[in-house]
Amino acid sequence: MTEYFNEMFDGGRVRQPYSGLDGWMREMPAELRAMKQAEAEALFRRIGITFAVYGEGGDPDRLIPFDMFPRVFTQSEWRKLERGIKQRARALNAFLLDVYGRGEIVRAGRIPARLVYQNEAYERAVSGFIPPRGIYSHIVGIDLVRTGPDEFYVLEDNCRTPSGVSYMLENREIMMRMFPQLFRENRIEPVDGYPDALRRTLASVAPAKCDREPTIAILTPGHFNSAYYEHSFLADLMGVELVEGADLFVEGGFCWMRTTEGPKKVDVIYRRIDDAFIDPLCFRPDSMLGVPGLMDVYRSGGVTICSAPGAGVADDKAIYTFVPEMVRFYLGEEPLLENVPTWQCAKPDDLKYVLDHLPELVVKEVHGSGGYGMLVGPKATKEQIETFRIKIQDNPVNYIAQPTLALSTTPTFVEEGVAPRHVDLRPYCLVGEKVELVPGGLTRVALTEGSLVVNSSQGGGVKDTWVLAE
Amino acid sequence: MLSRTAENLFWIARYMERAETMARLLEVGARIALTPSAGHGYRSEWESLLQASGTADGFAEKYGDPVQRNIESYLFFDRDNPSSVISCIERARENARIVRTAITGQVWDTLNTAFQEIRQIERQPRSEWETTELCEWVARQSAMMRGAMDATMLRNDGFFFMNLGYALERADNTARLIDVKYFVLLPSVEMVGTGFDNYQWQVLLRALQSYRAFHWAYGGDITASKIADFLILNPASPRSLMSAMRKALHHLENIGRFYGDETASGPVQIRVRGLVRELEQTQVTEIFDEGLHEFLTRFIGEIGDLAGLVQRNYLSGDAR
Repeated sequence: MTEYFNEMFDGGRVRQPYSGLDGWMREMPAELRAMKQAEAEALFRRIGITFAVYGEGGDPDRLIPFDMFPRVFTQSEWRKLERGIKQRARALNAFLLDVYGRGEIVRAGRIPARLVYQNEAYERAVSGFIPPRGIYSHIVGIDLVRTGPDEFYVLEDNCRTPSGVSYMLENREIMMRMFPQLFRENRIEPVDGYPDALRRTLASVAPAKCDREPTIAILTPGHFNSAYYEHSFLADLMGVELVEGADLFVEGGFCWMRTTEGPKKVDVIYRRIDDAFIDPLCFRPDSMLGVPGLMDVYRSGGVTICSAPGAGVADDKAIYTFVPEMVRFYLGEEPLLENVPTWQCAKPDDLKYVLDHLPELVVKEVHGSGGYGMLVGPKATKEQIETFRIKIQDNPVNYIAQPTLALSTTPTFVEEGVAPRHVDLRPYCLVGEKVELVPGGLTRVALTEGSLVVNSSQGGGVKDTWVLAE
Repeated sequence: MLSRTAENLFWIARYMERAETMARLLEVGARIALTPSAGHGYRSEWESLLQASGTADGFAEKYGDPVQRNIESYLFFDRDNPSSVISCIERARENARIVRTAITGQVWDTLNTAFQEIRQIERQPRSEWETTELCEWVARQSAMMRGAMDATMLRNDGFFFMNLGYALERADNTARLIDVKYFVLLPSVEMVGTGFDNYQWQVLLRALQSYRAFHWAYGGDITASKIADFLILNPASPRSLMSAMRKALHHLENIGRFYGDETASGPVQIRVRGLVRELEQTQVTEIFDEGLHEFLTRFIGEIGDLAGLVQRNYLSGDAR
């Protein structure tokens, strides 16, 4: 029986960060709780924060379940995390600049060339091009799990377009609206500076050709996308246009949007579509989402695309193993955040170990995301394990494996009252002129008892995440 | 403003106005069904309502004979009918969701709440709702929507495009309703001015929610020319073509000025100014001389052309 770190209770004792919530939890009558929960749900629906799951059918306006029990960090816990996250975000960007340039890290033999240059996410189209300030990934989402008071591990990096930040902001709004008392009693660092920080970050990487206040636009695949709410929410809070591919066109070395007053130049595009869809002339010719010719404008410095096309090579699960190495190589520092030990099924020794220990490991696809296509050994049936064994043997390069981590739990409202449930954390690090991190992030919670999978596509929920002021 | 955003805003308003017109039509139908028929039955009235809503063919294909219950379902809840109340509200809301950033929280709230509520109403047994209640519900949503727009929106291009959508849709709806009354309802010219004719005019006034307003404005007997004057030329009547076209002109001038054209004299503005001037210089007798149906057909065409011009100049993004 694995012992899980409970972030609130150490035996019968309440850990310090949660002292302000103990009384609140105990004194809340069941009826009030039910009422507040219904109120929260109604608020989410009214605001229109819903989440559609691809290929699932059913209600297109599904809500991500919101758990009212906050997840809390002390200031000193957070400071440590913050340093580690910023360090990692800097290293990932240094890596990207390097591998699209001289490739020193490969020449130095610290990362196998095959993993970089034959990676599906490596974009030859931008090789040799240096984006403004040399930054490729402007919004880095780093998924963390905790296993003890001081033990944090990075589960994965998201260098392309990490989603979920609207939940971080709205969860806080809704908690403040429903439980103002809690915010009077506890001194909680605000997170509502995020949209401004994001806007500053984007403006700071405007192309050199832009000689005025840059025009920023968010590029969305459209209103059928599951994260459309987030795209429009961020556009609104930043006061920038939300555009689709068809709203943009390229002419005279610049990118323009179609407006009621005629064409208007766009300087920075925060794109929320995948690389493959950005420009049908450069990538997928069948893409209806992108803008023909956009990559040419990008490469000639007429527009900045955030995050840069090609940034995905840094967050690949096979590259992940080498991030601590990047920190040492580029920054000359020791990594402050640890990786989860990872076996590469591409390596024969690792493959043998993985196949021998399947019942105790978590196996993931190298390019998978969203909790799809993974095996959680300890929770799987014999048949599931055997099916997976065949899949891995068929294509070992496609899989990595990690030990099943003893994910920490935080108290969560469930049917019967309050019970511990496993959580992770995704903070959003902004990289522009400065490297910034708002004190908070998105806590995802596995609502099913015993489950370790927190993805919203797999029945996970979200929580407000507090960082206590000093 | 993005052309696509302006287009979405324009259509939010058109769909909301259309939803209200549908509900009004339905309400009138329900009212007629409660009135003893003077030997001509109410079945033809239901048919004429379907004609007025432009959905007669779709209905006939799906249901065949016009039975009240089916008509109510078709006009209110049927997603196969693109003009049904539920279709209009869902599309208005979807357009709003797309341009969530261009409308205020209150306007979004109103549309989203209407959308959530109508989906709930749809799931309830029909016996729990009287037709009049349903229609009043729609009128209320529509009123709240206008109120929210008026109270909270910046007076910028987005606001003007929405109001332009309302104005053009209203002009179109009013013209079609009068035309249907005159051309479809009335079997022969000899019946003009008979009791039957007057009863149908009354119905039309009720459909446009203008029955009392008409009496306040004119008094005396209901005559075809008074009604035509009221619904086409009278600037005091909120649903007259004159009011709607003046509103369209007003907001098009706002748009022109907002975009730096001080005299607001682009091709769209010139066109709409011409239409308003024509209405101002027209006497009701001249309309009857031209033929009411001919006049209305021409006018509906003019509104369509104007909408096309708006599309080309502002909503396609190709201008200049």
